[in-house]
Amino acid sequence: MKHGSTSPIILLSSRVISPYIMLFGMYVIFHGHYSPGGGFQGGAMLATSIILLRIALEEKVHQIHFRSKLGIPLGALGVLIFFGVGLISMLFGGYFLDYSLLPIPGYTPAELRNLGILFIEIGVGLAVMTVLVSIYDNLLEEDDV
Amino acid sequence: MKILSYLGLLAFAALLIYAAMGLPSKGDTNALTNQEISLTGSQVASSYYIKRSYTDAHTPNLVTTILADYRAFDTLGEEVVIFTAGIICYLLLRREKKSETRKH
Repeated sequence: MKHGSTSPIILLSSRVISPYIMLFGMYVIFHGHYSPGGGFQGGAMLATSIILLRIALEEKVHQIHFRSKLGIPLGALGVLIFFGVGLISMLFGGYFLDYSLLPIPGYTPAELRNLGILFIEIGVGLAVMTVLVSIYDNLLEEDDV
Repeated sequence: MKILSYLGLLAFAALLIYAAMGLPSKGDTNALTNQEISLTGSQVASSYYIKRSYTDAHTPNLVTTILADYRAFDTLGEEVVIFTAGIICYLLLRREKKSETRKH
């Protein structure tokens, strides 16, 4: 998808819709404590908004939006956030992924579990988004001249 | 023939709706699947989750609590699976450098 679309309708509508899809993906991730949703679903929505721009716009523009090189490193960062939260709580005397012992002052153990769930949902969302985008990029890479 | 297949679909939908009416409501601790002791006499985890999840994690969404707290190790495995899929796509499908591909 090097050249993108030339139709102004597609260019404009994809640019208008994409931020709102991304916002809704964020909402699904961060509101997962209270409504259906969570990291996997929200990450897929964020990836959708990025891939929409990749389909519609030309390469120069969508690489500014989200660089292809960043896909795998950010996915690794997402896994590391999840793993690191578990490891930190283990280092502070609990079991692996026992969030009630995270070293954040001023919270009761139950609230710390709430926070830990939020952290790992962010990690899951980041990993799912970047991995989906990176799979798309790798599948559609062209042998340019 | 087409009408018959539509009728079959309608009958199947009616059957499914009839079956769904017999399902227990969500979070019902008296339902057969959510009792503390199952029919075979073993302990069941779901009644504990339903009763204790809010006091344990202050999270109203029971599914999130189970997915990300009680069964967090499973979720970590799922995330690693997705990440592995991404890495394998990168390794198999990435663009080789032109000079290497031209030679062979």
